[in-house]
Amino acid sequence: MDKLSRRKLLAGGVVAAGTLPLLHEFVPHQGVHGGVASASGAEGSHGAAGVTSAHGGGAAGPTFRGGEVVDHAANGFNPTELLRDFDYGRTRRLPSGRVLREWEVVASDKEIEVAPGVKYPAWTYNGRVPGPTLRCREGELLRVRFINGSAHPHTMHFHGFHPAEMDGVPGVGAGLIEPGGSTTYEFDADPFGLHLYHCHAGPLAEHIARGMYGTFIIDPKEGRPEADEMVMMMNGFNTNFDAEGNQVYAVNTVAFHHVNEPIEVSRDELIRVYLVNILEYDPINSFHVHANFFDYYPTGTRLEPSELTDTVIQGQGQRGICEMRFKFPGEYMFHAHKTEFAELGWMGFFEVD
Amino acid sequence: MEARGDVQGGAAPRDGLSRLPAWLLGLIPLALIAIALVALVTVGGDTLGERRGPPVEDIAVEQAVLRPGEIEVTVRNSGPDAVAVAQVFVNDSYVDFTGDTGDTGEIGRLGSQKLTLDYPWQEGSPLLVTLLTSTGATVEHEIAVAVETPEADAGFYGLMALLGIYVGVIPVTLGMLFLPFLGRVREHWIRILMAATIGLLGFLAVDAYLEGTEIATASTGAFGGATLLFVGAAVAYFGLVALDRHLRDRRARAREAGVGPFQLSLLVAIGIGLHNLGEGLAIGSAYAVGELALGAFLVFGFALHNTTEGLAIAAPLAGRRRPSLGRLVSLGLIAGAPAILGAFIGASAYNPEMATLLIGFGIGAIVQVIVQLVPAIRDREGRALYPASVGGILAGIAILYLTGLLISA
Repeated sequence: MDKLSRRKLLAGGVVAAGTLPLLHEFVPHQGVHGGVASASGAEGSHGAAGVTSAHGGGAAGPTFRGGEVVDHAANGFNPTELLRDFDYGRTRRLPSGRVLREWEVVASDKEIEVAPGVKYPAWTYNGRVPGPTLRCREGELLRVRFINGSAHPHTMHFHGFHPAEMDGVPGVGAGLIEPGGSTTYEFDADPFGLHLYHCHAGPLAEHIARGMYGTFIIDPKEGRPEADEMVMMMNGFNTNFDAEGNQVYAVNTVAFHHVNEPIEVSRDELIRVYLVNILEYDPINSFHVHANFFDYYPTGTRLEPSELTDTVIQGQGQRGICEMRFKFPGEYMFHAHKTEFAELGWMGFFEVD
Repeated sequence: MEARGDVQGGAAPRDGLSRLPAWLLGLIPLALIAIALVALVTVGGDTLGERRGPPVEDIAVEQAVLRPGEIEVTVRNSGPDAVAVAQVFVNDSYVDFTGDTGDTGEIGRLGSQKLTLDYPWQEGSPLLVTLLTSTGATVEHEIAVAVETPEADAGFYGLMALLGIYVGVIPVTLGMLFLPFLGRVREHWIRILMAATIGLLGFLAVDAYLEGTEIATASTGAFGGATLLFVGAAVAYFGLVALDRHLRDRRARAREAGVGPFQLSLLVAIGIGLHNLGEGLAIGSAYAVGELALGAFLVFGFALHNTTEGLAIAAPLAGRRRPSLGRLVSLGLIAGAPAILGAFIGASAYNPEMATLLIGFGIGAIVQVIVQLVPAIRDREGRALYPASVGGILAGIAILYLTGLLISA
């Protein structure tokens, strides 16, 4: 019912945009599905005069020019898909009975559109930013084959227990992996929790800022309750390379993406957000959800939440699991409660049906 | 030495070239230069390879107009490569905007684009507009105090005209009322008065130079920045020299030698007029961006300041046959009315490049007038600098310095 009215509103909105200027104050992001439709076009730009009042702007909030969206096809990934994309790798049982889980990760240089019309020369794992969400179970043996297809030396440094030579830092173990080189990182899935990996080549800040990071989830042996799970890696892009703050802030790279494409969830269903902060240069980030509270599990290393809250602050490299249920249907904003980040792209909506 | 030898050598033998008409001799190298340049551009460029490094993105905001709920910025590309403004944020918040050259309008070299930003700015607050180009480069433009830009309607132009009359025409004309008094004072004092005029004008020139360089640094540099100041000064200086020579020739034909007093007054009036054009420009633009508190004190300050300019125009006429009232009024208008024009331009179509050029005009004109005035302060021994004249020059500087303090614009 809600969907229908929204669509009707949208159809009418395009025609009546001029005559109903107040509309967008009540439905600030009702250009949502218009954005999706246009995104399939090659240009990805739809600043047609009739649509301009349909996506916020002015007092209705921040927006890109004319509600434009990036060209996901050219980027090779869509943040909506990254959200629930867990890479479990390939598994086989070792003679000991233990599970061996293997992944192959390739580093490459790639230009991505981080804001409509703004190209950023990123360094990526598997051609996407953030890199693949590597997911495994506590106690497994993990092998990550890393191939450097980039023009720069890189590493993969995992957060977790492992021997020094598997740490993925220059000068220890395999050290820097030169362009064309490769190595295999092998370690145990330990401890369970929400972790991350990133490149540790120097200059470290630049290698992280360029996009070389990803989420690393170790599920507890007994598992977690059934839920609608998603990964939000809070990141940003210092597009002018001045190493002073960022020009674009987001979850999973594309600013305002979930304003244009709200995250669709179901009422009363448990939602589990794996929240990781990898923001470089201005590294204190935060997460706030409207009209709701969540159980927060810092680093996900305990099965009991530390608090029930609606706002959490994370420094760079900090992460935690947020579990919540929406009681009412409708659209609920989530954003960094550092409003500067929010208005520079780090905001989105849950759409509860 | 060598050059002279060539000329002699070329003149002696009558070779084939010398039989060609002169215009053809001029045309041949011109054509060869054109061919060479075209060849260089089409073929030669490739031999140098691609330029290293990323595109040079050099854009700047030339003008910002604030209306309720929106900011209109004019962006000028002063760099060698085309630039596309992809997104804009104001005070760290992305804003919706439209461009006058379409959605993906790239701005070519020296081209400009007008962007209208949808942003609910608050009166009196500072604004930082950041332009994010397609390569991720940022260009910032600061608006020190957000104030609604006045609409350029009839009432507005009326106000600017009134302002121009107050600070230009009236005080200059008032200053000229000293003429009868000047007619009675002795020649020695007239020289001192002329010396004071020189000091006064010198102060104006330095003041204008400082202001011009300040404005030039605020410009994009696309059209030359501070060099415009010198271009303007040179144009005005040599323009006035040519005008002076022309008037002299006419007088010579009328068998009158030397610079006539009225002519000198006219040149002083033109110089001061060009200066007042720049002054009006400053007033108008300050008013347009809300940085000018219009009030009695400002008008008083400018009026007192500019009365001394009227005195400078009147000084050369002292002790001569009294000129007609019409001539006096026209001198006053020549010197004062440009302030009205300047205020119009400054308030409606201000941009730093043009302001720099116009201020340059003022400087050149003043310098030329100073050169003209120097003979008038020579004493019987022909010295320009002697205790009394130096005292006069310093007094002129002091008068303008002190009256200038009254203007807190």
